Parts: sequence; structure tokens; C-alpha cells
Amino acid sequence: MRREGSPFQGVGTVAVKELSDNLSSARMFVLEWLIVLTALAALYGAIDSLRQNTAEDPFLLLRLFTVDRAPLPSFVAILGFLIPLMAIGLGFDSINSEHSRRTLSRILAQPIYRDALLMGKFVAGLATLAISLAALWLLVIGLGLIFLGVPPGGEEIARSLAFLVIAIFYAGVWLALAMLLSIVFRSPASAALVALGFWLFLTVLWPMLAPALAQLIAPPDPRYAALGLQTPETTIWAQTLSRLSPNHLFGEAMLAVLSPTTRSLGPVFIDQLRGAMMGTPLPLRESLIIAWPQTVALIAGTIVLFVAGYIAFQRQEVRA
Amino acid sequence: MSDTGSKAAAAANDIVIAARALTKRYGKVSVVDAVNFDIRKGEVFGLLGPNGAGKTTTILMMLGLTDISSGQVSVLGHDPARAPLQVKRRVGYLPDSVGFYDHLTAVENLSYTAKLMGLPLAERTRRIAAALAQVRLSDVAYKRVAIFSRGMRQRLGLAEIIVKQAEIAILDEPTSALDPQATHEFLDLIGELKSEGVTMLLSSHMLDQVQRVCNRVALFQAGRIVLIGPVADLARQVLGAGFVVEVEADGAGLARRLATIPGVTGVETSAEDRFRLTADRDVRADAARAVVAANGSLRRLSVDEPSLEAIYARYFQGESKLTGGTRDAA
Repeated sequence: MRREGSPFQGVGTVAVKELSDNLSSARMFVLEWLIVLTALAALYGAIDSLRQNTAEDPFLLLRLFTVDRAPLPSFVAILGFLIPLMAIGLGFDSINSEHSRRTLSRILAQPIYRDALLMGKFVAGLATLAISLAALWLLVIGLGLIFLGVPPGGEEIARSLAFLVIAIFYAGVWLALAMLLSIVFRSPASAALVALGFWLFLTVLWPMLAPALAQLIAPPDPRYAALGLQTPETTIWAQTLSRLSPNHLFGEAMLAVLSPTTRSLGPVFIDQLRGAMMGTPLPLRESLIIAWPQTVALIAGTIVLFVAGYIAFQRQEVRA
Repeated sequence: MSDTGSKAAAAANDIVIAARALTKRYGKVSVVDAVNFDIRKGEVFGLLGPNGAGKTTTILMMLGLTDISSGQVSVLGHDPARAPLQVKRRVGYLPDSVGFYDHLTAVENLSYTAKLMGLPLAERTRRIAAALAQVRLSDVAYKRVAIFSRGMRQRLGLAEIIVKQAEIAILDEPTSALDPQATHEFLDLIGELKSEGVTMLLSSHMLDQVQRVCNRVALFQAGRIVLIGPVADLARQVLGAGFVVEVEADGAGLARRLATIPGVTGVETSAEDRFRLTADRDVRADAARAVVAANGSLRRLSVDEPSLEAIYARYFQGESKLTGGTRDAA
């Protein structure tokens, strides 16, 4: 049985309206400034320490993203922590507020499918995040030019663009999660609380829990411990479990893209390193290949969460 | 015979909404239970009944906004479950306590839905201005909806239907929670739309208002339509007789004289000089003549229009007596 008409009819209209709502809302203003200010603090630390030891680094600009100076974490680490907050802030009340404002049945009585409403809202949310992240990216490049005085090379720009794209996908995962929760929970407050719970669990608790769980699943071998080494099985389990968190995936992808010397994201045997020139940067293509599985996992996560929300929304009753 | 046949055919062409054994179940509970009705072009049809009787669910099924469990409904010749866009393009819907985006102005709210309807910019601007003028909201067109009263929001909702140039307008509880003045204005607007030939479906539990504007009504109870037809017919069905005439007069043997008037089915003497006649037609003229013939002096003569309220009360009273009776019997 086929439905008549296109499910995309009205997506553009919804997206434009939601985008303008997002960009003009006070909530967005607060979130943006929160990110800009913390990011500036991190950048200030990075620029300061880069100026003090101007080693001959061919990727000076990329170091802006990754260098940290205590007590502040690096720019990328801060983004990994705050992008979810921004995405949750945009998505946690997208559907349930239409219920509580009693606008849902009026909008759905127009000649559009429900698909258009959900997709339009998602597209608008992602566009908002992309605009903010792109602005932030330009800010970093600009500050780098002003304070370091070194013009960025083509590869540096390409790598930082890869950073931007992966960051947008990372934001997409959290936006899709927040929208799913806004469909499942009728009250925006509970949707927000549950989303924030996920965020704290995955960014703060999970990195501590994953190694502990790995030790339970594959207890460390005392023979390795005697040699002062980690048991490979335990390490692999710890890494696999950590990768369930989008935060960890984002961190790994960033490591591969922004630190060109990264050769692998997992444990490596000594013989695999035979002939490798340690400490020399990989070409861009190789770095992207290393980051690719993580990127795909982020995209897949976005799609899975969006589809879950889509199904839940299609089955939901319109009346409050 | 052939005459009635052709009439039926003509009526069939006029029918814009037809429901046949329309049913909605949640689990084992039937919220709407096999209802049948036809709505003709240009009429105002009232869905009446207490809250939770299945009125809103019936409406949502007609718009394809909720699944139909069994049976079928056709709206303007389309099946809303299969071709919802066709239906929603031509049918306007004003939900129960309608909401708008508070941070947008009246015009912005309307142009958002007008864009969703697919109207081009020039057409949109023209229709929105005209619709706001018709519902008398032109003064506040560029004010945020946040400051609007309940009555203004309802009128803005009606403006949306006017912008759509809907052939059928479905209004769910449009006057509940409105003050008498706002209700009056809103009912006037419904009258205007009716005179423009828009078919209207009105759900309500406010009986006197429905009676004022509806051509025909359907009485819902627990998911079923228990009564359907014009108010006057229902009165005859339920109240037994359509008219109650009050006479205040004196005269010898007046009660007997009044009882002999053709059409009068009962005379109740409420006081020495007060009589209450039930009749199947308006018997005021005959009653006056009877009083004069009896050499009495007529002080008051009035007729009660058959009221929906009375029908409703009588019907549900009868129902509860019936169920009470069976309970006693059991």
C-alpha cells in the first residue's frame, strides 16, 4: 500500500521556521556564549603554551585544537563535552512542546505528513549546530592567524575541515537522541533530565566504568602484570566498551585527524610497527582512513536514533 | 417510488462525508463503535455528547490523524487513511482549545500554515489579510499571539480555515471556555461561513449553541450515535410531542375545553388558572380561541420551542431509568 504524495512536502517550510526560531531563541544565545567563552579560554591556554616553545611543528595550527594547559582541557576535549549540551538544548522539547502548546493537531491538519514535521525539525537543528560550529571553526583559524602569525597550510585547513564535519555528525547523534526523548516523554522537563542523564553518564561515568567492566569480563593475566604490561584482552575489551560512547568515538576520530602522527587507535603489535618511521606524520588520506570507522559509527548512531524517533512519532496519538 | 429514488440519488451527490460502521478500538475498548452518518453539502452538522463520548476520535479519523480500526469513512470522495493529503487540502480543522506559536505574530502564524498549504506568496498575503478582516483581527495582525485572549485565538483558528478556503470546516468544541460575548461573536462567524456555502461539522456539549446554528445533530453516547436528525424531529421522537404551550387564563371548564383542541395530547393544570398543554403543533391560536369562547380573560400565552437541552436531559434520564430498571430486575 503506497501513500499518495511526497513525505517531503513541507520539510523546507518547517525547517526554515524552526531554524529561525532556533537562531533567535534566548536558549541558543546562552548555549553559544557558553561554548564560545570556554573555547576561548582553552584557546588562550593553547596559544600561550605554543608561543613559549615554538618548536618547528609543521602543523602549528592543528596544535591549537589539541594542546592543553592545566587546568583547562584542550579545545577539542571541551567541544566533545559541550556539543552534546548544545544539541540537547536544541532538541529536548521539539515534539513535546508542540503537544503542550496544542499546535500539533493544527499543523498536522495541513496537507503534510508527520514525516515532514520531524525531518524539518531535525534538519533545522542540525543546520543550527552546523552554523555555530562553523563560526567557532572560523574563530579558531582567525585567532591562530592573529596570535601565531603563521599562515595555515592546505593540509592543515583540510584536516580542520574534517574536524568540523565530524563534529557536526557528533552533534547529530545527540540531537537525534534529544528528539527521540522529546517524542517519548510528554513533559519537556523529563525529556531534558533523561537526556542530561545520558550525557553525564556517557561523558563522565562511562570512561571510568568501561575499564572496570573490562576487568570483570576479561580478568588481567598475572603473567602480563608481572612484566609490567597490560593484558591485551582486557585492553581490547576496555576499548570496545568505551567505544559505545559517542564521546569516545569523537575523541578518537579527532586524535587521528588532528594529530597527524597518530598511526593507530587500538593496541598494536611490535611487529606491525616494523619499518614504521615513528613520529613522522601520516598523509591526510591515511589519517582519514584511521578516523573513518569512528565517523561511520557516529553517522550510524544518528540514523538509528532518528529512525527510532520516527517510528515512535508515527505511532503516537495526535490528541493530547 | 421513482420520485423517492431520484431524490436519494440527488442526495447521494450532495453527500460530502459518509461514515459506515466507523469504529476505533484501543485494545478491547471501543471508543467509537460502528457509527454511521452522512453529512450533506452546505449543512451545519452537530456532534453532541458528553466528554469522552468519541466525538474527537471520530473527527481525527475523518482527517486521517488516527488509524481506523474497522469500517470506513469517505470525505469528499477520498479515504482519509489512504489519501490524507487530498482530504487535508480541502478540509479545515479547528482543534479543541487550539494553540498557536506565542512568540510569532498572528500573520506569521497564519503564513506558516499557509506555506504548509502550498500557497504562493502573493496569494498568501492576500488571503491572510482578507481572513483576518473577516474574523475582525486586523488591528492585532502584527501583535504576538501571546497577548491574545481565548476568543481571539479561536477566531484566529477560524481565520486559518478561511485562508485555506476549506470546503468542509471541522470545529471541535469551538465555544467551550469562551465568555458569552465571545461565544456570540464566534457563532455569528460560523453563520457567515455557512452562508458562504461551507459545510460545517461542529462538536460540542453546549446544547443551546448547537441548537442555534445546526441543521442536524447526532447525539453520541459511549461511542455510539444514539439519535440523529434535525432538532425538531428529535424532540418529537424523545419528548413525545414537539410543543409545550403555557396558558394563563380563567374561565369555566377551561381545562376541558383546552383538551378538546385537535393536536393537544395532554393538559396539566399547574395552578387554578395555569395550564400546560403538550401538543404536536403550535396550538396557541386555538387555545386563545378556546379561552375567548369560555368567556375567560387571557393573561399569558407562550410556547416553548423544543429545546435540545430538554431532549438531552429526557433521553439520558430515560436511559438511566432503563438501566436502573434492569439492575433492579437482576
